[in-house]
Amino acid sequence: MKCILSSGFILAIVHCIIVQVFAKATKIIFFLGTMVKYFACVGLLRSSWDQVCMAFWQRYPNPYSNHVLTEDIIFREVTHGNCLVSRRLLTKTNRAPRWMEKYLPVTMARLAYIIEDSIVDPQARTMTTLTWNISHARMMSVEERCEYRMNPDNPSWTEINREAWISSNLYGLSRAVQEFGLARFKTSVTKTMKGFEYVLAKMQGETPSRTLAEHATDRARETALAAKEKAKDLASQAQKKQQFV
Amino acid sequence: MNSVGEGCTDLKREYDQCFNRWFAEKFLKGDRSGDPCTEMFKKYQHCVQKAIKEKDIPIDGVEFMGPNKDKP
Repeated sequence: MKCILSSGFILAIVHCIIVQVFAKATKIIFFLGTMVKYFACVGLLRSSWDQVCMAFWQRYPNPYSNHVLTEDIIFREVTHGNCLVSRRLLTKTNRAPRWMEKYLPVTMARLAYIIEDSIVDPQARTMTTLTWNISHARMMSVEERCEYRMNPDNPSWTEINREAWISSNLYGLSRAVQEFGLARFKTSVTKTMKGFEYVLAKMQGETPSRTLAEHATDRARETALAAKEKAKDLASQAQKKQQFV
Repeated sequence: MNSVGEGCTDLKREYDQCFNRWFAEKFLKGDRSGDPCTEMFKKYQHCVQKAIKEKDIPIDGVEFMGPNKDKP
């Protein structure tokens, strides 16, 4: 790890060394309090649940997903209850703002790995997804859970209930990293919805253009989109366990 | 869309095409008559799992919907 001469960073290294030496000697599990940022919103797509589920599997590539480099299904099964269970592996470019790059090791990977698990229940007409990063997790962890179901007010539309938990374990930088993570996540949600609309328009035989998708997004936002946003800081003592080996 | 395994992209695309058709025409319509894509999936998985090992991507032991259990 590159040594950067700032007091906060040196303190972090010293802290890590002390902790690791102590842990090695006694094999104690340390409980670290973790700050978690919570975010929730409701999105609306003006297409049926069936169409949205089909689009879910066809959403890459789209004009809003240039940061997504690869996509692979790495597990899939139909359960006894006739639900489709899948795991998708994505690789994305890992972009950090310049202020953060100063604190990151030069050798840190520019590629991030993300897993997305999903369950499609065609009987109940619901889809649940959970997406989280399996790389850079100690630096920043983003977990997103979505529920896709028919919009109760309009059966030909689909409602997406989205929740996210953003946390960072970086000594001294957690709060700033979390704020960055939350801001980036919100931008990402906008891109995701635009990507969906683009793919859905294409599937339905319309000629999708970037402006068409944006127009549809604006209309949806004005008329029917209900967005609830909560940002709570949850400080929990024994929530995350970290073991130093 | 490319696969993480450079040599697996063609297999992936073939499988995706088969899956998308089955998903729309059978699965969502409640037709449980069986999955015509199993052979294609096997070939694709064989290729991609090898690539994942070669690139040391840490997917082992990650429980399905794993992080969901810790949610407050």
